[in-house]
Order: sequence, then C-alpha cells, then structure tokens
Amino acid sequence: MNTLLEVSGVSVSFDGFRAINNLSFHMGAAELRAVIGPNGAGKTTFMDIVTGKTRPDKGTIRWGEKGISLLGLSEARIAREGVGRKFQKPTVFEDQTVRANLLVALRNRRGPFAALWWKPKPAELERVDALAETIGLAAHLDRKSGELSHGQKQWLEIGMLLAQEPKLLLVDEPAAGMTVAEREKTTAILVEAAKTRAVVVVEHDMEFVRRLNCRVTVLHEGSVLAEGSLDHVTSNKDVIDVYLGR
Amino acid sequence: MTGSFLKRNPSVPVVLGLLLLGTLAVAAMAASGGLSTSFVKTLGMTLCLALAALAMDLVWGYAGILSLGNIAFFALGGYMIGMWLMTARTEIIVAESLAGQAIPATPQEIRDAVGGQIFGVVGSADFPAIWAFSGSLPAQLALVVLVPSLLALVFGWLAFRSRVTGVYLSILTQAMTLALALYLFQNDAGLRGNNGLSGLQNLPGLSAVPQATVSLWFLWGSALALGLGYLLCAWVVSGKFGAILRGIRDNEARVRFLGYPVEGFKLAVFTLSAAITGIAGALYYPQAGIVNPAEMMPIASIYLAVWVAIGGRGRLYGAVIGAIAVSLISSFFTSGKLPDLDLGPVRLVWVDWWLVMLGFSFVLVTLLAPKGLGGLVDLWTQRRRPERHGADLGPDTGAFREKEAEA
Repeated sequence: MNTLLEVSGVSVSFDGFRAINNLSFHMGAAELRAVIGPNGAGKTTFMDIVTGKTRPDKGTIRWGEKGISLLGLSEARIAREGVGRKFQKPTVFEDQTVRANLLVALRNRRGPFAALWWKPKPAELERVDALAETIGLAAHLDRKSGELSHGQKQWLEIGMLLAQEPKLLLVDEPAAGMTVAEREKTTAILVEAAKTRAVVVVEHDMEFVRRLNCRVTVLHEGSVLAEGSLDHVTSNKDVIDVYLGR
Repeated sequence: MTGSFLKRNPSVPVVLGLLLLGTLAVAAMAASGGLSTSFVKTLGMTLCLALAALAMDLVWGYAGILSLGNIAFFALGGYMIGMWLMTARTEIIVAESLAGQAIPATPQEIRDAVGGQIFGVVGSADFPAIWAFSGSLPAQLALVVLVPSLLALVFGWLAFRSRVTGVYLSILTQAMTLALALYLFQNDAGLRGNNGLSGLQNLPGLSAVPQATVSLWFLWGSALALGLGYLLCAWVVSGKFGAILRGIRDNEARVRFLGYPVEGFKLAVFTLSAAITGIAGALYYPQAGIVNPAEMMPIASIYLAVWVAIGGRGRLYGAVIGAIAVSLISSFFTSGKLPDLDLGPVRLVWVDWWLVMLGFSFVLVTLLAPKGLGGLVDLWTQRRRPERHGADLGPDTGAFREKEAEA
C-alpha cells in the first residue's frame, strides 16, 4: 500500500504543555481510520498540524507520492494539495444556499480572478445535484444553509469536502449531536467516501467507531498508544487503563 | 450564484431606473430655474457620496472589513483631479496676463509663473516632484484610480498577510488615514498644506460656461458613475467572488480550508473599493470646489460607515439609500435655514445638534434595526428573517447578525 500521509516524530507545545509528543502516523491512499482518545489527547491538535493551522516544533510531514513537506505551507495551499477538513461544529456558509455552499466548494481554480469570471458549467451543476443526493439534501438545495438542522449542516459540510475532491479527509467528531438514524447515514457516507480516498475520523463515540469497522489509532498525551482493529485496541491493557477504564 | 444577472440582482433595474428618473427630474427643474445651482451641486455631490458608500459596502457589508481608510482614497481621488484643474486653469490665466508683453514668455517662464501662483500660498514657487504629470489630464485621470488602488494594495498586503482582523484592522486603517492627513497638512508635502487645492469648480478653458451648466454636467457625470459603479458592484457580489467574500465575512476559516487564498480575495476587494472611491472623490471635489487634508479627519471615516450602517450593510441599494438620505438630511440641518429652537435652558442650534441626532440614530439603527433603511424594502418584497434565536451567521467578528440575514 502506498503511503499518502506520513507524519513522523512531530511534537508541539503550547506554553510548556506538550499537546503532541513525538507523534508518528501514516495513512494509505484509500483507507478509513478512526482516531480515538480521551480529552486532551491531542486529536484536534493533530488535525491542526496536518492542515497547517498549527506549526509543529519539530518533526516532518510528508505528503503524496512525491513526498513533499506540508510544513511551512499555508492552510489554503495544503487544502489545494488535497487535504479536506471538517470541523467539530458544523461549519458552513450559513447566509448562503446549500447549492451556493457546494458550488463554492467544488474543485476548480481558487484565485480571486478565476472566481470573478466564474460561470456555472452544466457539469458542475450536475455534480452539485449528485452530491446533494449523496448527502441527502437534494430537496434543500435552494434553502439557506443556516436554516438546516444540526445533522443536515454536518452532512452539508461533508458534502462540501467531497466537492473539493480531497485525497485525504479529516473529519472531527462527525456524529456529535446526531440522532441514531443520522449517525447511520453519516457512517454510510464516510465508508463510501473511504473507498476512493483516505478518511480519518476523530471520534469519542465507541458505537460509532465500531460501525465504521476500520483500523483504530488510540492517542494519549500526544502520542500513539495503540493501533489496530477496534477489538485489538480495546483489549490492550494500556488503552483500558487510560481511556476505557475511566 | 446561478441564474441570469438580473435574476441574481433584482435591484439593478429599479436602482438604475430611479437614478435616471431622479436625475432627469432634477435636470428639468434646474433648466426651468426651479433649483439653485448650489442645490444641484449638492445633489451631484450626494451621488458621489453614494458611490463611495457603495464601495464601502463592498468591503464592509460583503467582506466584513470595516475599513476606516476609504475616506483617504476619496480625498486622494479629489487631489489627483484637483492637481490638473489647478495647473491647467492657472496656466491659462498666466498665459493671458503674459500675452501683452513685448517679448513672448518662454514655456519655462510660464511654468515658473504658474508655480508661483499655485505655491505662493505655502511660500514656495516650484512644482514639487509629485506634480510632474499635473499638466496632463489623461495622466491625472489615470492617477485618480492608480494612487488610491496602489495605497490600498500596499497597505492591504501588509495588513491582511499578518492576519489582522476585526477592530484591530479598523484601527489600523484609521491610523493610515490620520497619518496621511497629518502628512498632507505639512506645507512641504507638496499639496499646499492645510490650504489644500481650491478653485476646483472652475473648469480650465470653460470660464465662459456658467456654473449652472457645469453643475448639470457634473450631476449627469456623477449619476453615470454611480450607475456604472452599481452595475460593477452587483456583478462582483452576485457571482462566486461575492459568495466567497460573504464566506470570508461570516467564516474565514472555512474559506481558507476550502483552499481559497483569503488574503488575495481581501486584497482584491479592498483595492477595487479604493479605485471606485477614488473615482467618486474625483467627481465630488470639482463640485465642492476645494479639497484639503481636513476632509480625511476621523469624523469623515465614521460618516462613511454610518451611511452604510443606516442604509443597511450587505445590500448594495442600502448603501446608496443610506448615503443619499443621511447626507441630504445632514445638509438640510446644517444649512442654517432651520430656525433655532428655544427650549428654555437649552437652545437647540441645529447645526450643532444635528451631529448628536445622527449619533443617536446610528446607535438606534445598530441596536434595533440592523437592516437599516434598506430593510424597509423587505416590507415590500416580504423577505423573511431566519429563526436563529439570536445567533450570528458565523463565528467571525464581522459576521452577519440574525437580524441582517434573509431566510
């Protein structure tokens, strides 16, 4: 399996607090991975580092076949390289319609002048319709996204990420605040997405992780504590001590 | 973002139609002697202010950048056109007065005499370097756009790349404006210090044309500029560029993580706004007759923001309505025609109390009716507000508030 993302020996501290401690992590090109860990384990900081929001003190991050370094690139540049990120809270453009949200997210040239001269092509509108179908918002395309329910906003954000056509999808607690039915749908969307790209899901909810049925990485105090199938890590004594046992 | 231009901008035909009708009506009334020349000028200037407010709405209402620097671009536009107006007109006067000499004056002598006329007031006689192109109308017209744009480009690049946002950015833009004003107050800045440029209402070579006619030319010119500016702004904000601007206003991080260079977009809209504002200033000051650094003092920056706020930010016609309504009411109250009100212990002098009233109405609009005067249009179009229990539409400081939004 060729490696898409290779994080090695990364550390970062905030005011003396080591949020990430010599973390190493790698992802294949089409893989679904769940990252779990107690509060403060460094899950969100890990995402911040990969997406360029936080600069690590040391370590390397290699990306893609050519193994380019993501360190020192801007968030927007990393996103254009193919890293999509979903925030914990649903983060969509609430003053704009679902269609506008998806159109803005669609992969194309990102410069101001390209945006100024942009006109919707029939293929792009079809793609938006198809995406809306996937995330179950086909009936809501012309509604302002601010009016959607919490779960629908989460899906819209996932849909925007898919529209970006990223190679790697980082998803922060997608199931938070969702009903059981909504969770099942979210699982299906993520599993489907992971067939053609790498997807990392940060999650608290064990039931949700079990349904994803994928490899699990357990973070603790900023480094990897265990890795493997869910059954494997949940039977690991260290994991039980620091996380499940609480 | 999708659909035809008119479908995305239903306000365009209405605004342009009203603008045309209004200008026609004023022109007709002026021709029949029903309106004084000074009032026609006031109306022409008001249209220029509306254009400046439009450009302000572009950066503040759509991109969430409360720029207090736009008034500097406005005054700079006026200075650039003023340099040509003064030079060209003084040249004609000097040439006439030297024409009677036995030996004709050389071009150098004329140039020196013009310099003495213009800069005598600041104790100098030479043209400063920045007046190099002042003899050429095309060059100064180009500078009307280039100088404000370039200032916006350089300042914006410095400010946006260090990710200064919100109140801090507003303070920075205000500091830029104040610094520029204080610099121009100096005589050796080369723009006649606190005297500024004057006599701008006299168009070179057209001294035979009465001001009544000139005022109508400028009224039409200002109306045309406002109309074209409205079309341009509507095109900019209703496409994908506008969608991204509103995204930046409400939720900058989302735009960034979608891969858009946020700084590039801010820089583009700030520069565009500066260019439009420069043109507005270049049309305004020949009608006002004088431009000096006092035009750039903080109160003027605030005025621009107040017009947009009272008109309703984030909708182009709001800015136009706000600027026209507030500045016309303002010139009514400050005209001195309204008799003072004697309330016993307090004597209401409208010229003084108008600013207090304006301040109160600004606070009231912001607190109680954030949609502003433009919101009155909603009564007619039956625009609905989203039910968000008071939540803003994004985490950023400039984000739309529930009361400003449409469901």
